Amino acid sequence: MYYRETGQYKTSYIGDMAVFPIRQDRIGIALILLAAYVGIPALSSEFVLKTIMIPSLVFALAAIGLNILVGYTGLISLGTAGFMGVGAYACYKLTLAFPEINIVVWIIASGFFSAAIGVLFGLPSLRIKGFYLAVATLAAQFFLQWSFVRVPWLFNYNTSGSIEVPTRTLMGVAITGPTASLEAKYLICLTIVVLLTWLASNLVHGRVGRAWMAVRDMDIAAELMGIKLFEAKLLAFAVSSFYCGVAGAMAVFLWLGGAEAGTEFSIQRSFVILFIVIIGGLGSLIGSFLGAALLVAQPTILKFGLPAIGIPLTGANAEHINSMITGALIIFFLIVEPLGLARLWQITKQKLRVWPFPY
Amino acid sequence: MKSTRVLTAALTLAAALSAGGWAQAQEQITLVSNTYRTGAFAGSGIPIADGMRDFITMINARDGGVNGVKIAFEECETGYDTKKSIECYEQARAKGSVMYLPWSTGATLAAIPRAHIDKMPVMSMAYGLSASANGETFPWIFNPPLTYWDGASIAVRYFADREGGFDKLKGKTIGLVHLDAPYGKEPIPVLDALAKEYGFTLKLYPVAPTEMQNQSSLWLSIRRDRPDWIYLQGWGAMNPTAVREAGRAGFPVDKVLGVWWSGGDDDARPAGPAGKGYKSLSWHQVGTDFPLLQDVIKHVVDKGQSQSPKDKVGDSLYNRGLYQGVLFVEAVRNAQKLTGKKVITAEDMRRGLEALDIPAERWKALGLEGFGAPVKVTCANHNGHNDAFVLDWDGTKWQKGSSWLKPLSEKVQPLIDQAAKDYATQNSGWPKRSEACDQRS
Repeated sequence: MYYRETGQYKTSYIGDMAVFPIRQDRIGIALILLAAYVGIPALSSEFVLKTIMIPSLVFALAAIGLNILVGYTGLISLGTAGFMGVGAYACYKLTLAFPEINIVVWIIASGFFSAAIGVLFGLPSLRIKGFYLAVATLAAQFFLQWSFVRVPWLFNYNTSGSIEVPTRTLMGVAITGPTASLEAKYLICLTIVVLLTWLASNLVHGRVGRAWMAVRDMDIAAELMGIKLFEAKLLAFAVSSFYCGVAGAMAVFLWLGGAEAGTEFSIQRSFVILFIVIIGGLGSLIGSFLGAALLVAQPTILKFGLPAIGIPLTGANAEHINSMITGALIIFFLIVEPLGLARLWQITKQKLRVWPFPY
Repeated sequence: MKSTRVLTAALTLAAALSAGGWAQAQEQITLVSNTYRTGAFAGSGIPIADGMRDFITMINARDGGVNGVKIAFEECETGYDTKKSIECYEQARAKGSVMYLPWSTGATLAAIPRAHIDKMPVMSMAYGLSASANGETFPWIFNPPLTYWDGASIAVRYFADREGGFDKLKGKTIGLVHLDAPYGKEPIPVLDALAKEYGFTLKLYPVAPTEMQNQSSLWLSIRRDRPDWIYLQGWGAMNPTAVREAGRAGFPVDKVLGVWWSGGDDDARPAGPAGKGYKSLSWHQVGTDFPLLQDVIKHVVDKGQSQSPKDKVGDSLYNRGLYQGVLFVEAVRNAQKLTGKKVITAEDMRRGLEALDIPAERWKALGLEGFGAPVKVTCANHNGHNDAFVLDWDGTKWQKGSSWLKPLSEKVQPLIDQAAKDYATQNSGWPKRSEACDQRS
């Protein structure tokens, strides 16, 4: 009834090709952004900001990166956490070497280092596909994780082998380090994620994204149509790793505040991000957000939310139940709805358009 | 209509999440402790959590709490994962816990920069950041009773004792089998320094975290190199694998000495008879032959309030959890004495921890005579660098294998001071200690 585009005419090609062609969607996005920028920092407790909001944003960005590779280009990668680590360590070294340059610049710039490493490990994708490529990216994961422990230069010869985040400011306000307020960290996170999502949306809707999807659907046909596989695949690896790298730098600088070598960027983290992509929806940006929000919030709500409203559940049992639910969700989505939460969201919107007179 | 209901539910949940902080009764001291009863390291995490829990339950049941104030004890499950540990840190703050017990190095490192801002004392008992032993730089962090560096020096002292003196170490070879991670590499600087000093050769045998259960080639090369002693700085599945593979490769297992985190009963037991003679450092006794442990059995285990199977009570790691409980309760007592208050805050707790002093007589009065070496923490020294001893595995249980051994503190202290200085300079703006000291020593 309310969600219907009757009477909204498109008078130009640009209007017709817009990402959000329906006015209600545009209003919705504006409301979500308003809530994210004003409502959440004003109303959330520190606990919610730190344990749900900031990690959701970090994982959503990493999932967008992986989605570009897996969902849009059809190349499987298990090296996500490794590429995140490259971003984190690059950002750490850069801000120590050039402390006068703003940390936000370095968080974004560290993505380029990750992109370079990603291209390097993406080279085999030109020859191998599917499971074999997954194994090749697994090599990247293990090699990178090994370097984070074994190359002391990366963590500045720190005896504990960990990296610690120094305090850095933006316009006089501390945004990283222990003294920074969570609201500041959250807003920086949100801004970076919104900007990069907008960029990704333009990429996947444009020529580059169409080339990626053509490669995904059938690479020989794509090649015959004039798409250079070499460029398309390597670009996908570069852009994907860029996003993962920025997410990794954000994880350490804006969320964790430090990282223990070898554990933060482990294969488990790669899997979690792959699960986010599967549950959220392959080849969907909104799915990356939905999946990240679900996988980040679900254990926290099970563990702290249920006991808080009076349902007795011990922490260990909450962990077991969490693993069971996540596993069941993955199997459910793989069998019933391979396009994930994003597809469910789309179906809901379709139903809403014809509500209350379905046909 | 539906959307309102969903919204109401969401709001209730959000309110419930943020309401954690109010649910604090008046006359009690809250302690939220991390546990890892799930995940890859649950095998170690469960007995530790049980020991700690049973001890606090016993104090509440037998004494009615500490000086009449009950301890409201809560566990927060981390699964040994840093993300979940951060949630638990926030949870500890929200619930008004007087202390944060991270129970993992990653969680400790994440908490250290926040501790002085949130006024939350952190205790990482013989793990975490060795440099945090320096109380001038880290007034809110405590890591008694000893550091990994002390542990490595005690190992060398033990090897020297067995060889017949430090001068006999010359020309000998000591191998370090270690997890290839910061934790595993920690003893290297101390062993390097001691190797130079006493003229033994140090050989390193790293085990990658992914290869913890695959060490056969490693032990074959150890057999080829024929080191005189092996010091094992392992964790999780790496420990039982090392003990088993040593036996298989024909390396004498009684020449293998593990750090305290390699000294669980389940680290040695899977090797069967081949594990007989395996050694591990420890700073507390095992078994239940102590009046206090009998009290735990009487007041908690026999009443069915323990989560631990009865035959695991008194295991090495169970007693380690209990040891943590003793340190906590003693520090609470100190804080109550120093402040004159019954219900203490986290800031009082910091003062209580800084006054931690358990001499042999106090151990006896607690019903734990000889259970641990005297522990003493001061404002400058948040560790104490206390004594440890060697446990011997007799094939079915741990036996005391040596007397109490002192760490080589003159070697360890400069490393700690240097590391603390490095930490403060690398973290620009690290605050100078402003907290007062109750008893300068």
